[in-house]
Amino acid sequence: MSNRKGVIIGIVVFLAVVTFPFLYNRGKAAPAPEVELTEKAKAAKQCVRSTDYMQREHMKILDLWRHTVVRRGERIYVNPQGKEFNMSLSNTCLDCHSNKTEFCDRCHDYASVRPYCWDCHIDNPKESK
Amino acid sequence: MDSSRRQILKFFGISTLAMSTKPLLDAFAADPAAEGAESKETFLAGPEALKARQWAMVIDTREFHSLEDVEPLIEACHSIHNVPNLPIRRHEIKWIWETEYKHAFPMKGARFMAEELEHRPFLVLCNHCENPSCCRACPTQATFKRESDGIVLMDFHRCIGCRFCMAACPYGARSFNFRDPRPFIAETNKKFPTRAKGVVEKCNFCAERLAVGRLPACVEASEGKVTFGDLYDPDSPVRERIKTNYTIRRKQSLGTEPSIYYIV
Repeated sequence: MSNRKGVIIGIVVFLAVVTFPFLYNRGKAAPAPEVELTEKAKAAKQCVRSTDYMQREHMKILDLWRHTVVRRGERIYVNPQGKEFNMSLSNTCLDCHSNKTEFCDRCHDYASVRPYCWDCHIDNPKESK
Repeated sequence: MDSSRRQILKFFGISTLAMSTKPLLDAFAADPAAEGAESKETFLAGPEALKARQWAMVIDTREFHSLEDVEPLIEACHSIHNVPNLPIRRHEIKWIWETEYKHAFPMKGARFMAEELEHRPFLVLCNHCENPSCCRACPTQATFKRESDGIVLMDFHRCIGCRFCMAACPYGARSFNFRDPRPFIAETNKKFPTRAKGVVEKCNFCAERLAVGRLPACVEASEGKVTFGDLYDPDSPVRERIKTNYTIRRKQSLGTEPSIYYIV
């Protein structure tokens, strides 16, 4: 190999560039986000379902709600405890969770998901900006 | 004890039987457990919800003489549904609007008509047809005929903006959001969602109001000039109006079976 030197330098530079982000951020894992509950949400103690369930499945529940309201015309959700809720993102979910930036956005930013719910479903009327 | 051929066969036979019953027993045993705290959820229509097989509307056009008579109805609808007021005509969004007889009922006009009838404002909106051509054209089933009450609805989440439904609708009842409508909404009703750029929208027969036991906004604002009810209930107010008056429908010959009736 006549240009061995060049090849080795090339490999070293390549490895340095590729591993740079990992080395640079080593030991600095972003902390899991802390969500803040509004007073109203705290007072309610439990959301529509258990906290654990909501953390995992809230997007599925919203999808189910949308389908049931729009397609089947049924608007009341009865949870396993027998409590009734109006299936509405704007009027039920965002009524309690009126702090979008401290509640919704923190997790969504952390997980790098960009749901476009709020494009149309405007955050709660009571929220003052 | 020697295991004879007969005994071995018996043993296998009984084992097979036992194994075949196992899943059955499991199913019985598991049923109450599976319906545990995390999966039991039900949906209700709500106690005040108005129900019908096919909602229909009768518009008594004899009561509408000028633009001032129809504007409160249009305004009532457009303000609660966040319908934008776009200045450019070809970007216009409308759920309910007024037009002249010759546009509302092409091929039904006479020559030398009464001037009053010729220039009377006719309210037009989505006809919530019984055979909606728009729903057949929609490739994503974003627009569909709701089985429970016959309303032709839009699921904005699913709409991809192909505008096939607009081409299919013989009444021009659908509008397309060519641009973000939000800056053009005078006052946003936060109880109702706005729409995004790139979706089609139209009248929803106030499905959200019927669900809580209220009549559509235009009917409420009309002070009795517009009647609303179940077309298949012989005692409903719309049936009464249709029975006692001569009514016409828009482009009836196309076979879409529109549910908006006009008394002329």
